[in-house]
Amino acid sequence: MIDVFERRVIITAILVMGLFILAIFYAMGARKADVTECLPYDKTYETARVEQLDKTTYQIYYVARMWNFEPSVAYIPVGSEVDLFVTSNDVVHGFNVYNKNVNLMAVPGGVTKTTVRFDQPGVYKVVCHEYCGTGHQNMQAEIIVNYPKK
Amino acid sequence: MQVSRFLRNTILVELFVPILLLTVGIYHGLMQVIYRAGVIHQSSVAKLDYYQGLTLHGVINAVVLTTFFAVAFGHATIAFYLKKEPNKRATALSMWLMVIGTLLAAAAMLAGKASVLYTFYPPLKAHPAFYIGTAMLIIGSWVAFFDWITIYLNWKKENRETNTPLAVIGTLVNFTIWFVCTTAVAYEVLVLLVPWSLGLTPTVNVPLARTLFWFFGHALVYFWLLPSYIMFYTMLPKLAGGKLYSATAGRIAFFLFLLLSIPIGVHHQFGDPSIGRGVKLSQSLLTFGVALPSFITAFTLAASLEYAARKRGAKGLYSWIWKLPFFRKDVFLFGYLINGLILFIFGGLTGLVLASYSLNNVVHNTAFIPGHFHMTVAGPVFLAILGMSIFLLQQLTGKKIFLPTINTIVPYLWTVGVIIFSTGLMWGGLMGEPRRTNLGLTYLNPASDQYHPYWVISSMLGLAGGGIMFVAGFLYFISFFGTLFGKRVAEPTIDLPVSESLHEEKRIPIFDTFKPWLAIMALIIFLSYLPAISDALNNTGKKAPPYLPTDPTPVFQKK
Repeated sequence: MIDVFERRVIITAILVMGLFILAIFYAMGARKADVTECLPYDKTYETARVEQLDKTTYQIYYVARMWNFEPSVAYIPVGSEVDLFVTSNDVVHGFNVYNKNVNLMAVPGGVTKTTVRFDQPGVYKVVCHEYCGTGHQNMQAEIIVNYPKK
Repeated sequence: MQVSRFLRNTILVELFVPILLLTVGIYHGLMQVIYRAGVIHQSSVAKLDYYQGLTLHGVINAVVLTTFFAVAFGHATIAFYLKKEPNKRATALSMWLMVIGTLLAAAAMLAGKASVLYTFYPPLKAHPAFYIGTAMLIIGSWVAFFDWITIYLNWKKENRETNTPLAVIGTLVNFTIWFVCTTAVAYEVLVLLVPWSLGLTPTVNVPLARTLFWFFGHALVYFWLLPSYIMFYTMLPKLAGGKLYSATAGRIAFFLFLLLSIPIGVHHQFGDPSIGRGVKLSQSLLTFGVALPSFITAFTLAASLEYAARKRGAKGLYSWIWKLPFFRKDVFLFGYLINGLILFIFGGLTGLVLASYSLNNVVHNTAFIPGHFHMTVAGPVFLAILGMSIFLLQQLTGKKIFLPTINTIVPYLWTVGVIIFSTGLMWGGLMGEPRRTNLGLTYLNPASDQYHPYWVISSMLGLAGGGIMFVAGFLYFISFFGTLFGKRVAEPTIDLPVSESLHEEKRIPIFDTFKPWLAIMALIIFLSYLPAISDALNNTGKKAPPYLPTDPTPVFQKK
């Protein structure tokens, strides 16, 4: 039967798991770190575009296809908050923004969404990280974050 | 115990076929790291394309090898512990289904008609032979399982008050998980994908197919792992020269796996559309539940090993570790198992990172993932399979191990390789290096405008580790095939090491029956997967036609 050491280990393991789970909730609540929003799909997501909602709020609608992203280059001013919507026109692709916690799948028939702030200027590479055919390693896009022109 | 010629030959075929194919799988493992490190900037070598090789690597190493081994080891375990050989017809049918299925799938992959990787996510389309072959392999393993169920039930009828041996509980739990989870992938393959790849149905619901795949895909890793767990519990303490600290802990662990192995598959889909956040979060939390049996196991095994070392006269708080029989040729299996356990410490912990809901965003689908799973499936799973394969080979043929010293150091060499390899891949993953990508063509090609110098060092570490792993694998093949073609020196037999229990084990009825556990398992799966599947069905806007990996326009079949 379970002896005293084993019981202690099981209780410790459960407590450690509890701590990990608390950390997940902390990240969700206080740090707003969450997975993609679940949105119902409609045809409008199939049109790639950049939309400006106000001075610092943008929306980029990405369409992935074999083997490029549209828009392949997007310009965003420093300090803007950007909603990213990603879908695919053909097979499954991945969407990973370098140096940002943006990590989405581009799946035909579905749309993923996340929101990200760009406080530092720079060229943020978007890499396709799901195998999507022989041209997979060529599939990349850029988000260029720069100071407003005026 | 003596085994019939028939059972002996069946098990030997089921060990030989996958190890022979593994030479192809391991060759492509080496090729991956060479392409990825940018040593070569080519899309193919020796007429085998990078992604074709990656498909072969994944399917052979992770599906063919593991399934064949689980069945072969299951036959040996059931026959050894229940003293009853499996039914001839069922066993032969099972073996032939698996062999023919594997050949079909291998032909499709080698012909370059199925370069869709082992996850075969639609709408990338493979040749129907790939889907049908994989399904036959799985169904073949079911046939063996159904036969073991009858053997077990008959045995139980005659031994109502005897505790079922732990290894038998483990085997039956493992194949129950396997049967339940493969029904989903069998549905995906046979109902959704085969007609679609033949052009009979025009389109397929991609999120649904992915959800069904991962219903199977994560339970699959426990199907890989549980044969190793059976060895850890029932053999490792004996090999170390001690006793199993607690067999009851083993039973609790196995039944927890039965409950929680399946309803956590959505943690592979945190980045997917169509599935709600609630489903993802709840399955993330359940994943922490399935880590519990591994924590229990870690303690029980460490306690058993410490007991064994102290029995050998070890003293000191930690220095007892060095009294364990690390490099002893006569208990070479110990080396295979202990190295697997060491890797699994890191494999398990990185697994918890990946299961942690939004933390997954940092590394999802990057090289971190193969970095993690090479410390699980290429750690405890692979090493236990290699060790037990050559152990059974030696017993069933009655031959001497060829180059025993080499065989003894293989697991150590392999482990060093995996540690370096995984460090490189996980580091690269943290810097956004994608998995499953021929980096050498673009990201690690200085001539390309996509060149990404940050990934040079990490992928070089991957190359160094992968090279060491290849050497270890190569040495293993020499030892394995050398043994196979050696001279018979003893009578064929199966004689598995059996660990006694340190604490006297009383039979607790609840841990010697399947019915209540199966009912709870069904309930949890139902509650966690009903919303996932309903989300995939309801939130998906359109279905997708098939695409070949080489062509951005869909395949339109002629009517």
